[in-house]
Amino acid sequence: MGKIEIPLGPQHPALEEPESFNLLLQGERVAAATVALGYNHRGMEKACESRTYIQNIYLLERICGICSHSHSTCYVQTVEQIAGVRVPERALYIRTLIGELERIHSHLLWLGIAGHEIGFMTLFMCSWKDREVVMDILEMLTGNRVNYGMNTIGGVRRDITPEQAEEVLKALDVLEERTKYYTKVATEEVTIISRLSGVGKLSNEDGLRLGAVGPVLRASGVARDVRKDDPYAAYANLDFKVATDEHADVFGRTVVRVLELMESYKICRQVLKEMPDGSISVKVPGKVPAGEAMSRYEAPRGEDLHYVKANGTDMPERVKVRAPTLANLAAITHMIEGGYLADVPIVIAAIDPCFSCTDRMVKVTDLKTGGEKKFDWDGLRRYSIDFYAKRGVDFRNTSIGKEER
Amino acid sequence: MGLALFYILIFPGFLFLGFLSLAFEFIDRKLYARLQNRVGPPWYQPLADLIKLAAKETVVPREAESRLFRAIPSFAMAATAAAFLYIPIWGKTSLFPFDSDLIVILYFLTIPTLTFFLAGWFSSSLYAEIGCIRAMTQFFAYEVPLYMSLLGPAMLAGTWSVSGITEFYSSNPALALCNLPGLIVAVFATQGKLERVPFDIPDAETEIVGGTFTEYSGRFLALFRMTIDAELVVASALIAAVFLPFFIPASPVFGFILFLIKVFIVVFLLALMRTALARLRIDQMVGFCWRILAPLSLLQVLIDLLVRGVLVS
Repeated sequence: MGKIEIPLGPQHPALEEPESFNLLLQGERVAAATVALGYNHRGMEKACESRTYIQNIYLLERICGICSHSHSTCYVQTVEQIAGVRVPERALYIRTLIGELERIHSHLLWLGIAGHEIGFMTLFMCSWKDREVVMDILEMLTGNRVNYGMNTIGGVRRDITPEQAEEVLKALDVLEERTKYYTKVATEEVTIISRLSGVGKLSNEDGLRLGAVGPVLRASGVARDVRKDDPYAAYANLDFKVATDEHADVFGRTVVRVLELMESYKICRQVLKEMPDGSISVKVPGKVPAGEAMSRYEAPRGEDLHYVKANGTDMPERVKVRAPTLANLAAITHMIEGGYLADVPIVIAAIDPCFSCTDRMVKVTDLKTGGEKKFDWDGLRRYSIDFYAKRGVDFRNTSIGKEER
Repeated sequence: MGLALFYILIFPGFLFLGFLSLAFEFIDRKLYARLQNRVGPPWYQPLADLIKLAAKETVVPREAESRLFRAIPSFAMAATAAAFLYIPIWGKTSLFPFDSDLIVILYFLTIPTLTFFLAGWFSSSLYAEIGCIRAMTQFFAYEVPLYMSLLGPAMLAGTWSVSGITEFYSSNPALALCNLPGLIVAVFATQGKLERVPFDIPDAETEIVGGTFTEYSGRFLALFRMTIDAELVVASALIAAVFLPFFIPASPVFGFILFLIKVFIVVFLLALMRTALARLRIDQMVGFCWRILAPLSLLQVLIDLLVRGVLVS
């Protein structure tokens, strides 16, 4: 049987975001796969350089539509490190609580997506319905469903009242009950098991060699979790286990995520019980002293990494974000190759990808010649000015076109 | 002649089948939604969808074989509508019963699957080609168990006519209980024929976009959708006629209501199946059909042979 090459993406029903996978098929088997990044570059790192530290919290919170609190916390931690700020204990506990609630909503969302990828819409509908419970809680605590705006440099912006804590505890009971049911469904339903187990194998060594992070690596039996290894916020004072699994396939990744959900409920209860009294933020001057720092955060998808370089003004000189999906992308081709075409969507979905958070460049392919080209900042600027000049909008004589960088 | 034309075109033929298909598509979708904790569509949604699709622009790909691409959906619809004429609706006999019409019905029901294959093939699109090859692979897996599961009851009844089979079992209802394994096989195989979860492999949207129908749009796609709805009704009616021939009253009105109830039961089973299961992979599907359904249908044939032996002697 001859080999055919089919594109999966950049626009494809299996992907929520644009990303291109080229699959070389031999019958139903995938002989080779290539990943092409760069369909959703938004230039956020660059944009950070022309905004103040406070404005950047809100910009970086919008890197990801799901782990928004992860990115803002990671950034805020980095800046606090440079400025040498001591954040009040209560604020750290509140950050932890929001972070864990976010993990709950992200994992419930993933469970639904996994169901969708293997054509099990019922799981999708049910888990997304239950996800609304945690979304409502987040809305009650922060005022928003997704971009919470909770963090500020030096603490958090909203306190949690005892009545709110009561509501959260009630919701956690409901969610725990439902999660137990999903554990049963995911580990006992025949068609789910036959679609998930043995699919997208990633051995212990391969996982480490390819630099996988988060639930993907933990499902290969490596207990690596920033919350445990390099505790931030209030995690050093909390008692929880790092969920791991030995299956090393998509089934294992499902088990790890469901176990993590159960751990998150435990963490949330502890946080609410042990939260100390006191202020929720300290005042930090707008200008941050020169210096650089790096911070890690265990986002729902894995280790998130932020680097900030300060130059003494109220704007950072450089902000670098390494989203967890980038770390997991290298493992994807390894997991797809040799498998079935039918399993490709679920294997990709099993890293819980967030491609928009990952893209840091644009690759331009000339359709006529097929040549590929990369732009740097000035090149892109020149190109756009020429592009508009050809179409009759001339920026060359305005301040935008003249400004030299 | 005039009456026959009325039968074929209006009731219980083409037009009536169309209404019934839309009604059962609504029931299927509503059940599916309610089982998933959703509200579900209003009753007119299938009709609204059909009108909307039919009114949309129809795009024929430049690469595709234009004439066949346009003609294929009509063949699918015509074959399904023709099959419906030989199934008893309000009584024990169909409109135009003849000896061995069971074979003809199965034959007609095979044509839509073949047209799906041809539609995918002549679309000249990668996704459609993979989809149509999958449709064909799947076809060879479920078709044999389906035929054999219907063969058993026919052998026991001693006739190849659906009307004859219904008549036989309604006068000996106890014997219909022998056909339970066949009923299970037939329901699973029908799900495969209709390409619904867990056997919706030929048009698995997360893998191969629209599958066989990737390039279809507008009224041609509407016709295909209609065909699948009609197939749902025809296949359910066939299962009801062969496996559930109970309590058929003399009055045509009650007979018709009973027919609807039986079709509803089969549709309910099919909706339940697609709610509770995840999509299988093509190799798992073929394995399931040959390892489980085929032996089960052989068992059905064996049971019917033994019972017939006892009855005759």
